[in-house]
Amino acid sequence: MQLRFLVPVLTFVAIAVVMWYALFNLNPTEIPSELVSKAAPEFSLEAVPGYGPGLAKSDLATGKVVLLNVFASWCVACMVEHPFFMELREQDTVDIYGLNYKDTPTAAAEWLQRHGNPYKRTGMDLKGRVGIDFGVYGVPETFVIGPDGTILDKVIGPLTRPMFDMRIRPLLKGAES
Amino acid sequence: MKALCHLTLLLCVTLPFFALPAGAVFLDERLEDPAQEARARDISGDIRCLVCQNQSILDSNADLAQDLRQIVRERITLGDSDAEVRDYLVRRYGDWVLLDPPFKMTTYLLWIGPAVIFLIGALLMILFLRGRSGQNETATTTVLTREEQAELDRLFDSDGPGDRS
Repeated sequence: MQLRFLVPVLTFVAIAVVMWYALFNLNPTEIPSELVSKAAPEFSLEAVPGYGPGLAKSDLATGKVVLLNVFASWCVACMVEHPFFMELREQDTVDIYGLNYKDTPTAAAEWLQRHGNPYKRTGMDLKGRVGIDFGVYGVPETFVIGPDGTILDKVIGPLTRPMFDMRIRPLLKGAES
Repeated sequence: MKALCHLTLLLCVTLPFFALPAGAVFLDERLEDPAQEARARDISGDIRCLVCQNQSILDSNADLAQDLRQIVRERITLGDSDAEVRDYLVRRYGDWVLLDPPFKMTTYLLWIGPAVIFLIGALLMILFLRGRSGQNETATTTVLTREEQAELDRLFDSDGPGDRS
């Protein structure tokens, strides 16, 4: 049996499979969050004018799973996910808190007025320092916060329905049971 | 004259590649104390920018890199050691922010992977070459014919006074 010629062929196939997988399934711009399964960092922020009483770390430990969405009026991708958040709010699926990242109060308020407010509370991170404490490196990002205020997961980029169903819904169910 | 022309042309084409990295020093961010500033730059040079990935925050003009540079400088003025500043960033962004990640359980594959692949390659090559030289030996050791053996003996005998035993 002279099957030795298969060695280079199989080597090539193995490398091709690995590269194919990496090319289409791994996203190099997605850096896994260091804060998953850790407590949310300490912070206390004022609300976007006219949108709730402000946001602090203690507001996130609510006894149920909630979302913390990092958004900004200058962020184009935020508009992509915004209708979905409005839907979640209408159906009362999950409470969403808004962290307004490096924005101006007026621009943020105008943006929420124009596109609707899906957030239960909002906080303005004018200098982006709270964002850095959360390990935010781009907008939008959405944190899933557990009943006791620990960070369960982070979704980088616009949150879509398939992603919500796959990554967040199981966490919501897990907390109920 | 023509040679000089060629040389000038060559220089013009290749010079951009020799240009030193500009080091993008953002002057308005400098600290007063030169020693602290030097440390800040040293640390920033080893912190990877999360937006532009293969640039350090020292070289990047991304918004986030600017914020992180400022944080590095702040931590230094607050009296943090170099390791503490790095720690501060690693706690938020993970080992990923270090351009020179530490050797530990989660990164061992990153560090020893290339060596392992090299060793496997070397082993395979040794096996391959061994196999080939083995093949050659069996292929070339054909028995001499009677005439050839006689010729060989004659040559050896004529060579010396016959002190071969």
